[in-house]
Amino acid sequence: MDLLGFIIICVKVLVVFAATMFTVLALIYAERRISAFMQGRIGPNRVGPKGILQPIADGIKFLMKEDIIPASVDKPIFILAPAILLVPAMMTFAVIPFGSNITLFGREIPLQIADVNVGILYILALTSIGVYGIVLAGWSSNNKYSLLGGLRSAAQLISYELAMGLAVISIILLAGSLKLNDIVADQQGYFFSWNVVKQPVAFLIFLVATYAETNRLPFDLSEAEQELVGGYHTEYSSMKFAMFFMAEYANMITAAALTVTLFFGGWDVPLINEASLGMVGVLLSVISFILKMAFFLFLFIWVRWTFPRFRYDQLMKLGWKVMLPIALINIFITAGYLSITALV
Amino acid sequence: MATIIKSYEPTFWDKIYIPALVKGLMVTLRHFFKRKITIQYPDEKHIPPEGYRGLHRLNKYPNDRIKCVACEMCSAACPVDCIHIVPGPSPWEGDKERYPVRFDIDLLRCIFCGFCEMACPEEAIELTEIYDFSNYTRESLLIDKEGLLEVYELTKDRNFYSRVKSKESQS
Repeated sequence: MDLLGFIIICVKVLVVFAATMFTVLALIYAERRISAFMQGRIGPNRVGPKGILQPIADGIKFLMKEDIIPASVDKPIFILAPAILLVPAMMTFAVIPFGSNITLFGREIPLQIADVNVGILYILALTSIGVYGIVLAGWSSNNKYSLLGGLRSAAQLISYELAMGLAVISIILLAGSLKLNDIVADQQGYFFSWNVVKQPVAFLIFLVATYAETNRLPFDLSEAEQELVGGYHTEYSSMKFAMFFMAEYANMITAAALTVTLFFGGWDVPLINEASLGMVGVLLSVISFILKMAFFLFLFIWVRWTFPRFRYDQLMKLGWKVMLPIALINIFITAGYLSITALV
Repeated sequence: MATIIKSYEPTFWDKIYIPALVKGLMVTLRHFFKRKITIQYPDEKHIPPEGYRGLHRLNKYPNDRIKCVACEMCSAACPVDCIHIVPGPSPWEGDKERYPVRFDIDLLRCIFCGFCEMACPEEAIELTEIYDFSNYTRESLLIDKEGLLEVYELTKDRNFYSRVKSKESQS
C-alpha cells in the first residue's frame, strides 16, 4: 500500500470514528428529548441552547465521578468487560459503505473503511463478540443480579442471532454475495429494487432481531431495572458505566446502518444515478444514507418508549417458535424462487 | 337471564401483532407532537384556581384599620391550634373596641384547612393563592401580624402569580 492510500484510510477511520462518537452524543440527547416529548414533558433544556450540551455535561459528570471497584469482583475481567463490549461496537461500522465512490487526487476512493469480501460475516461475528462483554461483566461483578442479566443477554443473543442470520441469508441469496458493496449495488435503481420490498418478511425478522441484539426495549431483559436492579452493569460506576452506555448507542448506530444497507438500498438515492453526478452524487448518497439511518435510530427510540418489556419465556418463544421457522420458510421460498427462475 | 359471553377469536391480523404494534407507535407519535404540559417552575409559575388555600393574610379596611377584632374564633376553630392571638383595646377612636396586639400563625403546624377563614365573622383572615413560601429555618415560618398584613398588600388585587410574572417581564 502506498503512502497516500494509507493516509486516506487513516482519514476515513478518523472521520467514521468521530462521526460515530458524535452520533452517540446526539443519540443520548435525542433519546432524552424524544422520550420526554412522548410523555408530555420537555426534557433537558438548560445546558446550552435547547439543552444540546446536555450529553457533554453528562460526560463530564461521568469522568468526575468516583470509579468504584467492589472488593469481591474479579478485577481484571471487571475492568476488561466494558472495553470488550465497546470496541466491537465501534469496529462493526468499518465494513458499512456510507456513500458512493468519490474521486479525489486522481483515484477512486470508496466511502467505506474496509471492503471485506465477507462483510456480513464480519458484522455478525463482531456483534457476537460484544455479548462476551456483557456476560463477563455479569460474571465478574460477583452479584446475582449482574450474573442473571449477563446470562439472559447471552441466551437472548443466541436465540436472536439465529433468526437474524437466517433473515440475512435471504438477502445474500438475492445479492449472491457476502460483500456489503455488492448488496448495495444489487439494490441500485428505483424504490422497488430495495430489499425491503423484495423481502418484507426478512426485513421484519431482521428488525426485531436487531432490537434484541442491541439489548434495547422491548428486549432489554439483561438490564430489566424493575427486577434486576441494573442487570449486568449494576456494579459499574463512572466511566466504565459510561462505556456500557456508549456501547449500547454505538450498537444502535451499527444496527441502524446495517438495516439501511441490507434492506433500504444503503446510500442509494431512488431514481438517481449517483455515479453520473460526480461530487453532487456523492454528497447526495451520503445524505441519503444519513437520513435513512436517522430514521431507524429514531425508530429505536420510538419503539423503546412505546412497548413494554417482554417476559423471558415470551422472548424465547418468539425467538425460537415464531421467528426461526418463519425465517427458514422465507429462505426456502427465496431459494426456491431463485432456482426456478434460474432454470427457466 | 343467562348472559352469553362471546369469546373473542383473534383474527390473522391480531395474531401477527403488527397492526397492533403500529397502532401503539402511532399513540406515542401523537403524544410527541402534543402540547407539553411541563411548567418550568422557577421561571413559570402555576396559577392556582380561585379558592386555593395557600398562605394566610389579614385584611384591612380602606382606612388602614385592620379588620380583625381579636374575637379568637379562628384560633378556636383551628384544628391544629396554630393561631395565637393577643387581644388589646383598639387604639382607633370611635371604632370597634378590640384589635389584635399580636397575631401569630405557626405555618409549620397549619394544615391549610381554611376553617379559620370560615369561622371569621369579620372576614379578616383569608387564605391566599401563594404556595411557595418554603424556607430554611423553623423561625422564619412563624408569621406574625406584620407579615400577614404584608401578604395582604401583595395579594389584595388577586392573583399573586400572574402579577409576579408581569412584573418580571416589565423589568
